[in-house]
Amino acid sequence: MSLNGWLQILLFIALVLLLAQPVGSYMTLVFERRRTWLDGVCGPVERLLYRLAGIDADYEMRWTEYAVAMLVFSAVTLVLTYLMERLQGILPLNTQHLPGVPADVALNTAISFTTNTNWQSYVPETTMSYLTQMVGLATHNFWSAAVGLALAIAFVRGIARRESSTLGNFWVDLTRATLWVLLPMSLVLAIALVSQGVVQNFRPYDRATLVEPQRIAGSGGQSSTMTTQTIAQGPVASQEAIKMLGTNGGGFFNANSAHPFENPTPLTNFLEMLAIFLLPAGLTVTLGQIVGSPKHGRAVLAAMTILFAVGVMACYWAESQPNPLMHGVAQGHSEQQSGGNMEGKEVRFGVANSALFATVTTDASCGAVNAMHDSFTPLGGLVPMVNILLGEIVFGGVGAGLYGMLVFVVIAVFIAGLMVGRTPEYLGKKIESYDVQMSMLYLLIFPLVILGFAAVSVMMPSTGLSVLANKGPHGLSEILYAYASATGNNGSAFAGSNWNTHWYNYSTGVAMFIGRFLMIVPMLAIAGNLARKKIVPASAGTFPVTTPLFTLLLVGVIVVVGALTFFPAISLGPVLEHLLLHAGQTF
Amino acid sequence: MKKQITIAVLYTLLTTVLLGVGYPLAVTAVARLLFHRQADGELIMRDGHLVGSALIGQPFTGPRYFHSRPSAAGAGYDASASSGSNLAASSKALLDRTEASVAVEKNDGPVPVDLVTASGSGLDPDITPAAAFYQVARVAAARGLPVQVVEDLVQKHVTERQFGLLGEPRVHVLELNLALDAMAPKS
Repeated sequence: MSLNGWLQILLFIALVLLLAQPVGSYMTLVFERRRTWLDGVCGPVERLLYRLAGIDADYEMRWTEYAVAMLVFSAVTLVLTYLMERLQGILPLNTQHLPGVPADVALNTAISFTTNTNWQSYVPETTMSYLTQMVGLATHNFWSAAVGLALAIAFVRGIARRESSTLGNFWVDLTRATLWVLLPMSLVLAIALVSQGVVQNFRPYDRATLVEPQRIAGSGGQSSTMTTQTIAQGPVASQEAIKMLGTNGGGFFNANSAHPFENPTPLTNFLEMLAIFLLPAGLTVTLGQIVGSPKHGRAVLAAMTILFAVGVMACYWAESQPNPLMHGVAQGHSEQQSGGNMEGKEVRFGVANSALFATVTTDASCGAVNAMHDSFTPLGGLVPMVNILLGEIVFGGVGAGLYGMLVFVVIAVFIAGLMVGRTPEYLGKKIESYDVQMSMLYLLIFPLVILGFAAVSVMMPSTGLSVLANKGPHGLSEILYAYASATGNNGSAFAGSNWNTHWYNYSTGVAMFIGRFLMIVPMLAIAGNLARKKIVPASAGTFPVTTPLFTLLLVGVIVVVGALTFFPAISLGPVLEHLLLHAGQTF
Repeated sequence: MKKQITIAVLYTLLTTVLLGVGYPLAVTAVARLLFHRQADGELIMRDGHLVGSALIGQPFTGPRYFHSRPSAAGAGYDASASSGSNLAASSKALLDRTEASVAVEKNDGPVPVDLVTASGSGLDPDITPAAAFYQVARVAAARGLPVQVVEDLVQKHVTERQFGLLGEPRVHVLELNLALDAMAPKS
């Protein structure tokens, strides 16, 4: 660990907190359909879209209508992407003449990008054509993020409205999220990334002559000489920008944001991390403004910041530790090297930026990686895993993080109500059994899917275990992480294992589907129910949701729920691996 | 329901044109106009031949060149198959591999960690200053150059943290080796 490393982490946290206010205020204007400085450009496009698609922008939807519109839209985009993948062989912009994508991979990928997961069981540069990446996948980065934003706003309206049966119009929220928020920000970020060296072209892959030809030991004792290097290209910057801003995380290349063409400099790395947290942090401010209690928004933001800071400290510490079983290697920090666990990490980022990125990408449901989580130390890899298992509510995915966090808020308020023996209230709304039931449904689906699928996989040696890259407790960690990532719609992986099999393609596909849509429905049900309620004036018995006490209670509830649910599984994976590693045991 | 399906189909097609075609083409147009070299991957030419990209690492394993880090991308630094090793810290395969690397790189004192570990992309263009200076004696001897000359060359190729703060100090291996080749060799 170094002073400079801590300074970079501090600077990052400070900038996130600083930018939350303006970004959040701007989103309030956008979603309340008030005047913004982009109206001149976006207004005409918005009206044209509504006219051509036949959308009545002033129509207000009940929560069920809102849910149906969202599900129908997701289904249509899913089918379109599936077809495009299957047919890419006969479609244009396929410079490498790649064939159509096999059915199980195509379906897995279509679900993956529709659900904002961006789990990738394939190697992009040898599987997907430029057209598929640009038109089939990058569009989903916009859509799924815009859907998340729309849902979060609908939930916030549910809290804010009184005696109302509606939550807004899905198509309008979707459109304004895209045109006013995601598209302009992506344009600016994409150009900034290109200026630093992120590629943006439609060249066929380049072939360079190696400066020093390499002898390659082949199978059967024969060796060959490698004289060239094939360099994959593509329209990367445009996809990279929305991949971060939309917390999607699907890499243009296999190595994701560790690849120098996706993330060439420390500055691009910093911008990409900032882009992940920008909208989720801003949404807490939007929440405070729309419900008329900016302090409540800040209390939620504070809870997120605490959980984030603890995670990044633990991860940075763990990754700075030397591997006890590596001998003859200088692993300490010095002026000339960052030291620590450098397997799977890039020199330009070092340990500090890799630990920070890993924490950010799993706190949010982004899933982009600039270092390989599979090669983290056992405790260092535990941090991203725990972040996902907590439900990705620490800043969280665009929109998804906020509504996930608000479900925890409902539970926290309910527990506070139990402690003082009164009907719990949240911002003037009585929290009743229906709300708590739906919240618990939301919270229980998640571990059920993760642990269920992981348990089934572990019991099948040929289909479940044979694909694993690492043996021993780390193998269990890989499976746990895979289903956590899929169900949590994160998309990062302990990526060494061959997840591209029928079992994992279909089962993670189901997990992603449930993790997105089955959790959205109870969430919208809570929103619809809250919107209908009357406001109860605050009294001496009301538990205030704007204080540090509330922040701590919220953090406590999140940690207790997460720990109670997942501690047994975690202790058999990363914790056991840590203990055995330090006892000298390898696998 | 039927109305929503019609809207969804039309909306999907319209926004596909906007977000899947219009947006990336707009970015491409601006990128070509303002940052042409970067948009194409900062390709390096030598004597009219493409020898690589300033951003993508290349394998160097002989004694006359500064070595790159081990790579798990294809057969090594395959820039059409980027990948890390994804080996766990407790993996025997990882420890065996680093031990073999240590045996190759071993010089005076313990080997800097980045020189015996594979990067996340398998395409890391950099090594740490520690790893570069560690190799000076070997390269100088193999090329018959004074140690001081090679050391100065390495010093010249150290890239400091961006803005003095972001990232880590590093040495670009391909550029350093091209500079080595450009010096008149004695032997």
